[in-house]
Amino acid sequence: MTSEEVKDLILEIIEDIDDEADFENLKADAPLRDQLDLDSMDFLDIVMELRKRHQLQIPEEDYPNLATLDSCVTYLEPLLKDA
Amino acid sequence: MPISFSQTLAKYDVVVIGSGLGGLTSANRLANCGHKVLLLEHHHRLGGLATWFRRKGHIFDISLHGFPYGMVKTCKKYWNREIMQSIVQLKNIVFDNPQFALRTSFDRKDFTDILETRFKISPSVIAKFFDTVSRMNFYDDQTMTTRELFEDFFPGRTDVARFLMEPITYANGSTLDDPAITYGIVFSNFMNRGVFTFEGGTDKLIKMMSDELEKNGVTICTRTKVDRIIVEKGKVRGVEAGGKIVLAKAVVSNSGITNTIHNLTDRRAFSDEFLEKASRVRVNNSSCQVYMGVRDGEKIDDVGDLLFTSTAPEFDSAELLAKETKSKTFSLYYPKTRPQFERYTIVASMNSRYEDWADLDEDQYLKEKDALISRSLKDLDRYLPGIADKVDWAEAATPRTFNRYTLHTQGTSFGTKFEGLDVSRSIFKEVPGLFHVGSVGIIMSGWLGAINYGVIVSNDVDSYLRF
Repeated sequence: MTSEEVKDLILEIIEDIDDEADFENLKADAPLRDQLDLDSMDFLDIVMELRKRHQLQIPEEDYPNLATLDSCVTYLEPLLKDA
Repeated sequence: MPISFSQTLAKYDVVVIGSGLGGLTSANRLANCGHKVLLLEHHHRLGGLATWFRRKGHIFDISLHGFPYGMVKTCKKYWNREIMQSIVQLKNIVFDNPQFALRTSFDRKDFTDILETRFKISPSVIAKFFDTVSRMNFYDDQTMTTRELFEDFFPGRTDVARFLMEPITYANGSTLDDPAITYGIVFSNFMNRGVFTFEGGTDKLIKMMSDELEKNGVTICTRTKVDRIIVEKGKVRGVEAGGKIVLAKAVVSNSGITNTIHNLTDRRAFSDEFLEKASRVRVNNSSCQVYMGVRDGEKIDDVGDLLFTSTAPEFDSAELLAKETKSKTFSLYYPKTRPQFERYTIVASMNSRYEDWADLDEDQYLKEKDALISRSLKDLDRYLPGIADKVDWAEAATPRTFNRYTLHTQGTSFGTKFEGLDVSRSIFKEVPGLFHVGSVGIIMSGWLGAINYGVIVSNDVDSYLRF
């Protein structure tokens, strides 16, 4: 996956979680939590979805890597390079 | 439809023991993840403490008293849109005690107004209090108690502490001496938007959840009491019920953390260190309830949805637990609860201790139950004059009743104290394949806590099954 594809994947998963999520003015380097009103349960959903779709196991201590869209890409791109 | 346990397959990916909201949600999530799930419930209906019963044309809800707005998002994500759409707000929450009498929508804005105008607390202190509690996380420092939190912000103000604490004590059984985070997390959840309920009643919710489970391929057996969880070579192998063994890679126990460790699993499966930690888990208190049904055709006035009442001079956690407590919550169910069902019912709830009821002989027990009913009707008369004449059915439940129907240790109706959370969260590290879901740690209780915890545990189970 390219970094753009990783971004799309994350946004697609968030859209599944909240179909009213507004990506219009989303800043890639700012916390997703604040911009999209996500809570810790939403992040758990993202982790579960990544496991379901790409057999990706994200340990709890790595959850902070999912904070922003940019940090998601940095963290996930190497893990999804063959996906 | 549930099938008979004799008709199940020999093997599943996961067996879920118990169908409280946590067990139901785990079963649903795991089926959604593509696992083959068997759900076993000892009672004849699903729901655990999220239950109801019928008497003389009345339907009595046991634990439908009001949950936070978070249920809307949770039901939409982890159940379905129809369930979410039945959630409606309860707008009239009433307090009445010797220190104050007021009505509130139970949200941050209204609480801020009341704290400022009635209790004369400065706006900056109120804002700081709300910010403090809304930032609390379960992994934060646990040394500060709720008593200390109130003393910090509102020194000497027992009235303010009562206003802020009393409803939460009924919601999760926490006391002033429990960690402040157990108060803050739950209180903040409510303050988000107020108190909500499920239109259609508990029976409708559980029916909708069972339908969803069946749609997702979960096999359900009721009247099936699991005798033991089978552990071989340090790993979970399945369960045994009534002499029949069903194999499974993972078992999710929704049967109470103390039951799971002490009664369902061979103790030799756990390390001494873990057992030691488990032995220190205190179960939370139980409840007494009085169910009162208004005669068909009679009406009562709308005096509020949830009434926090007390004639005790001040809020006192011990007083709330006493057998003859002067404090009780009345949940009022008007016809709007179940549209097209023109009935009024009232449920009085009190927190209570198992030991106060456990050893009564049958005669004393019945007498005490009658006294409980009389006290409840008398207290309710202050809000609904003449209510005793309008009620054609009144019945009491005690900690013994809760124990009988849920099998919970000491009939606990709020799971365990805080230390139970860590034991519940770490049990699968002790015995691979064994998971626990259910009310633990005070914060993972109530309808919303139980459902969300079901999701959290499903994540662990799914991860275990896939890797």
